[in-house]
Amino acid sequence: MIDSQVLERHGLKPDEYDRIVGFMGREPNLTELGIFSVMWSEHCSYKSSRVHLKTLPTDGPQVLQGPGENAGAVDIGDGLAAVFKIESHNHPSFIEPYQGAATGVGGIIRDIFTMGARPIALLNSLRFGSLDAPGTRRLLEGVVAGIAGYGNSIGIPTVGGEIAFEPAYAGNPLVNVFCLGIARASDIVKGVASGVGNAVYYVGAKTGRDGIHGATMASAEFDEKSAEKRPAVQVGDPFMEKLLLEACLEVMRTDALVGIQDMGAAGLTCSTTEMGSRGGAGVEIDVALVPQRETGMTPYEIMLSESQERMLLVAKPGREQEVERIFEKWDLHAVRIGQVTADGMLRVKERGKVVAEIPNRALTDEAPVYRRPMQEAEYLREVREMKGSYPFSDVVPAEKGYDHILLALLASPTIASKRWVYRQYDHMVRTNTINLPGMGAGVVRIKGTDRALAMSVDGNGRYCYLDPYRGAMLAVAEAARNVACSGARPLAATNCLNFGNPERPAIMWQFAKAVEGMGAACRALDVPITGGNVSLYNETDGNAVYPTPTIGVVGLLEHADRVVGRRFQESGDAIILLGEGHGELGGSEYLKVVHDQVRGMPPALDLKAERALQQLLVALAGERLMRSAHDCADGGLAVTLAECCFETVGIGAEVSIGAANVARDARIDGAAALFGESASRVVISVVTADVTRVLEQASAFGVPARLVGQTGGNRLRIAVGGEMAVDIAVTEAERAWSTAIEQYFAKRVA
Amino acid sequence: MRFGIVVFPGSNCDEDAYHAAREVFGQDAEYLWHKDADLKGADVVILPGGFAHGDYLRTGAMARFSPIMNPVRSFAERGGPVLGICNGFQILLESGLLPGAMLRNKGLKYRCEHVHVRVEHTDTPFTSGASAGQVLRIPIGHGEGNYFAPPEVLQKLEANRQVIFRYTDAQGRVDEAANPNGSVNAIAGICSEQRNVVGMMPHPERACETLLGGVDGCAIFDSVLRWVGSPLKV
Repeated sequence: MIDSQVLERHGLKPDEYDRIVGFMGREPNLTELGIFSVMWSEHCSYKSSRVHLKTLPTDGPQVLQGPGENAGAVDIGDGLAAVFKIESHNHPSFIEPYQGAATGVGGIIRDIFTMGARPIALLNSLRFGSLDAPGTRRLLEGVVAGIAGYGNSIGIPTVGGEIAFEPAYAGNPLVNVFCLGIARASDIVKGVASGVGNAVYYVGAKTGRDGIHGATMASAEFDEKSAEKRPAVQVGDPFMEKLLLEACLEVMRTDALVGIQDMGAAGLTCSTTEMGSRGGAGVEIDVALVPQRETGMTPYEIMLSESQERMLLVAKPGREQEVERIFEKWDLHAVRIGQVTADGMLRVKERGKVVAEIPNRALTDEAPVYRRPMQEAEYLREVREMKGSYPFSDVVPAEKGYDHILLALLASPTIASKRWVYRQYDHMVRTNTINLPGMGAGVVRIKGTDRALAMSVDGNGRYCYLDPYRGAMLAVAEAARNVACSGARPLAATNCLNFGNPERPAIMWQFAKAVEGMGAACRALDVPITGGNVSLYNETDGNAVYPTPTIGVVGLLEHADRVVGRRFQESGDAIILLGEGHGELGGSEYLKVVHDQVRGMPPALDLKAERALQQLLVALAGERLMRSAHDCADGGLAVTLAECCFETVGIGAEVSIGAANVARDARIDGAAALFGESASRVVISVVTADVTRVLEQASAFGVPARLVGQTGGNRLRIAVGGEMAVDIAVTEAERAWSTAIEQYFAKRVA
Repeated sequence: MRFGIVVFPGSNCDEDAYHAAREVFGQDAEYLWHKDADLKGADVVILPGGFAHGDYLRTGAMARFSPIMNPVRSFAERGGPVLGICNGFQILLESGLLPGAMLRNKGLKYRCEHVHVRVEHTDTPFTSGASAGQVLRIPIGHGEGNYFAPPEVLQKLEANRQVIFRYTDAQGRVDEAANPNGSVNAIAGICSEQRNVVGMMPHPERACETLLGGVDGCAIFDSVLRWVGSPLKV
């Protein structure tokens, strides 16, 4: 019955099948094979990534829950915990953008409230192909509408995020969604099943045939037939999830639960197995008791369905009726489908007859682990090549002036205002948002305390393509820096690792290097990784995405009213540049937009300097010495300064900086100074009376700081090496920046 | 005084209204579950924003059948102040407590942002403390806020001075560009003929604290506090 074709359909290799037979001591039946296939899929088992992930730092005094549970948790004082995680929904979003993205949001929200936390904020990190390429606008519109449709309806604000556009994502957009919730630290709930005989309940939406083999789909490359996999994408119901969210939080407050877990990837299979495994117990269920949306479903289909908005929970003995009553209040029906056993087996029955019986251990701890071959990618030699003693000496300097280049960069969709996007997200519901989208990190106050939490998701696939180690370090540094710019002390991180096919040595090498870089940065900046997700096989027809580790960093602001934003506040303030520019143009948006080149080394990162800079920012915000702070990222210092002027009622700036001295050509020097993307730099504005104090503080923290200009006027004027390089009306620059993305959609209608 | 805040399954601004009433304005507040049969002694009723019953049919279409709407209707008929915010406004329209209907926003997209609205009349419980012509900066967040009423209804609304808020620019001028959803006559909020029932698309509860970027929404709460006659607790 089980032949090579059946195995291939299940994404299992022949040697993996032999291993299954070894564990079982017999041939598995089809239901059992299906269960193995999803639990051993890359998506659920992390079989290619596990050996590398083990090297990441996950500990710290602030960490209450590290990887292994539904989400991580950190101590934020006042007896409270921030519970957060990021997850990908790339494959489904490519096949069906609205539902793919919507169910991604639904899934990550469930992970958070499953821990007993009230979700209070969402972020997302998105990657698409070029905005003018066919199909991109449809995908962008669908993904954004899907995120909005789910998040807005359930009433959790989307408070920030980032989007980049690169041709490498044309066949595989990335949709990474982050959610954060608040729980009492003492009340965190785990996904465990224990206590022999305890009732196992199913609650939420009925089980249908949707999403069968979603986890397996997310563990394979795409080809021209991928659209046929649409039935493997689930459909979301945010209203059902809202009811589940409220009912589950109400049940958890009663302390009547042993454990609870959502049914995400691999549905009922994964939740029963993992809960049993964590509790050192077994779980026995009867699929005939599972509420079903369709008739004639087989045990195989019921176990593998990925229908959304379903939870599995174990009640304490004697508390069953209490649990059932609360769900009834919300018009939900908790159905008892089985019980906890002592034998460590996943046992599935259908009307009392055993249809599958597998040791939990075989599905979890004993799942295959691969140390896949790695080899440095060949393209690197070419893209890193530098001619002569100067980088990019063969780059022809742009003939047009810097004003023109600045306008082009501001209108580049990766840099341009994302208002068209975030205006579709309810970012104010729950009345906590104190740093709105587009202002830097998303910041939400914590009601009942004086504190606030800042959060930022960042990644730079282009940097990682050019150097995965450095690129991943830079992503961590940028996310933590964004958090620090708001005045918050970075606490911990969550990661989402988006890569191509790990069976190719070059991809595995990118993965390993990126994890290594991420680990180094997390250690140096003291932001341990508390959980996350790996998404491999982001390839279509053999073309992989840029290696894209996305990192979400969460930080704590002791006083919510000391939050700092991106915008200049007042004319006549001093502008101070923290950190030093080295004129690094490698991997920059400038090289891509102006010279159509993706090459060079991404900027160097001195982790000690970065840490000092972040500590300085937190100290300055704590003393109320910064009126605005904005980090230098895509497009370099010139773009940063321009963004500080935007949405301020037109406050301009007059700034003078040194030339970069990196090339023989003064025009390259100028471009490097203006648009180079050297790391660890932040533009802050301060009241003139505080300049001395700020410079003293910078010196005490060992951070280079220079007074470079003053806010005021209605033009942005930047002199480089004493010569006026940029002189442009703020309104003109802002128009280019604020309308660029909308114009892509207007064009289509015209 | 006591605020009664109705909670439908799918309401999601209920906690925000509750927070504003209790923490910002220091008043008593009670949640009223949609299956409840009484208003627990509320002096003012708020139907909050959200997606009651998922709004899968038509916004507010299911919520009008919830048991709590019976006492809300009697309370309104007796002249009690009722405020519907966003989805609450949509529910008031579906319930027939206010005239008109909501269409999808022009542009067909959900919009969340700060807008300006001009207070047209101050003889309602929720605008009594504002001044006529005053421009308030308050956020919106909706996909179906494009107010529509047939010409004869519209004429009556205007003649009876029932249009309470209009979308304007920051200077208080009605302007197509300042109308975020295409509402007819730039209508952002209306009141009942008796003037005690008010529906508005903008969210005043999102604009009551400096920390949240604006306090113009306080005008709505201050008005009803003054109207009911309970002094602000300090």
